[in-house]
Amino acid sequence: MRHIISIMMENEAGALSRVAGLFSARSYNIESLTVAPTEDASLSRMTIVTRGSDEVLEQITKQLNKLIDVVKMQDLSDGDHIERELMLAKVKATGEHREEMKRIADIFRGRIIDVSDKTYTIELTGTGAKLDAFLEAIDPVAIMEVVRTGTSGIGRGDRVLKI
Amino acid sequence: MADTELTGAEIVVRCLAAEGVEHVFGYPGGAVLNIYDEIYKQDRFQHILVRHEQAAVHAADAYSRSTGKVGVALVTSGPGATNAVTGIATAYMDSIPMVVVTGQVPTAAIGMDAFQEVDTVGITRPCVKHNFLVKDVRELAETMKKAFYIAASGRPGPVVVDIPKDVTQHSCAFHYPETISMRSYNPTSKGHAGQIKRAVQMLLEAKRPVIYTGGGVILGDAAAQLTELARLLGYPVTNTLMGLGGYPSPDPLFLGMLGMHGTIEANMAMQHCDVLLAVGARFDDRVIGNPKHFQKEARKIIHIDVDPSSISKRVKVDVPIVGDVGHVLAEIAKFAQAADHGPDQEALKAWWAQIELWRSQDCLKYDRASPLIKPQYVIEKLYEVTQGDAFVTSDVGQHQMWAAQYYKFAKPRRWINSGGLGTMGFGLPAAMGVQMAHPGAPVACITGEGSIQMNIQELATCKQSNLPIKIILLNNGYLGMVRQWQEFFYEERYAESYVASLPDFVKLSEAYGHVGMRIEKPEDVEPALRRAFGEYKDQLVFMNFLTDPRENVYPMIPAGKGLSEMILI
Repeated sequence: MRHIISIMMENEAGALSRVAGLFSARSYNIESLTVAPTEDASLSRMTIVTRGSDEVLEQITKQLNKLIDVVKMQDLSDGDHIERELMLAKVKATGEHREEMKRIADIFRGRIIDVSDKTYTIELTGTGAKLDAFLEAIDPVAIMEVVRTGTSGIGRGDRVLKI
Repeated sequence: MADTELTGAEIVVRCLAAEGVEHVFGYPGGAVLNIYDEIYKQDRFQHILVRHEQAAVHAADAYSRSTGKVGVALVTSGPGATNAVTGIATAYMDSIPMVVVTGQVPTAAIGMDAFQEVDTVGITRPCVKHNFLVKDVRELAETMKKAFYIAASGRPGPVVVDIPKDVTQHSCAFHYPETISMRSYNPTSKGHAGQIKRAVQMLLEAKRPVIYTGGGVILGDAAAQLTELARLLGYPVTNTLMGLGGYPSPDPLFLGMLGMHGTIEANMAMQHCDVLLAVGARFDDRVIGNPKHFQKEARKIIHIDVDPSSISKRVKVDVPIVGDVGHVLAEIAKFAQAADHGPDQEALKAWWAQIELWRSQDCLKYDRASPLIKPQYVIEKLYEVTQGDAFVTSDVGQHQMWAAQYYKFAKPRRWINSGGLGTMGFGLPAAMGVQMAHPGAPVACITGEGSIQMNIQELATCKQSNLPIKIILLNNGYLGMVRQWQEFFYEERYAESYVASLPDFVKLSEAYGHVGMRIEKPEDVEPALRRAFGEYKDQLVFMNFLTDPRENVYPMIPAGKGLSEMILI
């Protein structure tokens, strides 16, 4: 099953490699990993998307908690949550594609953030599945470049991960 | 008192002194010269100069295993650090509290592929509890405090502190914090009361109980609590390789070691029990073999461990209790005593009758009439001669298993071996660490001709530091455990397991300034040991016992098999 794990950790050099190293050393799967400092500069917030059985997830959770730099963590998939991913897609925008791309971007509530006579760069935010759907909806030969951030997530309502 | 300005090197030395460190095992080099200069000027702790950094770390590790204190090793950058890695990984696998200080190239040179530069923090990351690179002298004292705190608390483990050379030169005001608190690290010590009560109830309802304990009982100094609880309930106890000494081996409740080379009674009781109390143990592959086979029999499992990630890792547990094992065992005993009924005596009687039936197979028997020296016989004699009270270190292989099976450890912290990583070359440097911690105590290093040659250079350290270790070499001319697997599982194709061209160990010992003996006949075993521990008490004695080259370790559970699938003699 797919899980989104949210981690709050000390913003120390090497903290990211401790997490990444743990996943590779114990052959856990990482689908995506995002990390950035928070409003408190001493803390980093990391979101990992992983897959595994309940037993594997239990181990992942325990092993992450065991890392000295991890202050707190939460499996967002255990409750209501929101997940978002940002994608920048550069597509061909010539001939018939020019109108078509604009239309599909609108349907997906994407924004064209850079235009040239031959290309559009589309910014699109949503769940991973939505971004996948967008890429499936457009003509594959029109895709020039795709950059995705990986998933970030947060709990719904008063569900908060804070120290 | 006003904080005084000190250099980084002085701070390192002052921090070690403040932690009560009495012995540091190490090897100097460019990046740690400032620290060594400060060591030269002080007399708070003694530095033991080894001959290879791996040995420094093993010695510090065994120092810790035999005392419970945090072991300390000091090595230089680059190859000093990489040589230390095997020792660090050894300590990590067995959860040994240790602080390893490594020198690093100056901060400005980091990343420049400087002379003797390696990414020590990167290389050691997967085999440490935690590590630090100290880039600012003002962070040094607090980092050292954190290192000792992390190493010794919770599930212990090695911590590396990597210090660039310029940091040891820079100065700042020195203040060593008395205590430390970390928002990201708060190990659990007290077990959950509700879970403890559930455990007590389950234990008292057991028909076929077993208490299975590992290294956690030794590390948590919980042997007394374990013994009290087992005797209170009258339940059988088995120890893992790492747990030996956690329960007095000569006691009738003791079933011996379990696992790949465990006794029939321990393995069968483990397989067929209905309630299992696992204490500071982790159900690893050498202990329960194949977890699927283990789970074929239904049983309830109570698991006490200070590390939550050890619980339900290989085997699903019914009552997990996270906490300090000594505390939890004492609580269980308290509640069990206060319960309205004790154990089911009738069921227990039947269970013990079954266990005695298994025990009567005498699975540790061997050919006592052999004209060749049997390795088991040497261990039995060592036990007699030292009255079961020696510190015994071992290397890795057949001799390690025989030592574990035949030396009946009655006290914790007497059996020092590399259980998790299985590091050949551990035994001799480990004996050095133990002897430094316990001057005057008998220390035996049981080894094989393969293992001893992996760190034999340490005979020089033993001379320089006057360490009267007794080396018991069970020399069968083969990498014995490899040979045994080749005999059992590779149709006797002995690929590279015959160790030809062995040195003359007597001359070699003498060349290093020690006493060497060569023992060829069974009747000479005991006299040799008596001389070594008597007449030569104050000298290192290297006893080369020429043992039966074809002897195997029995019982044996082949890899991937289950606890009841033992190969017997």
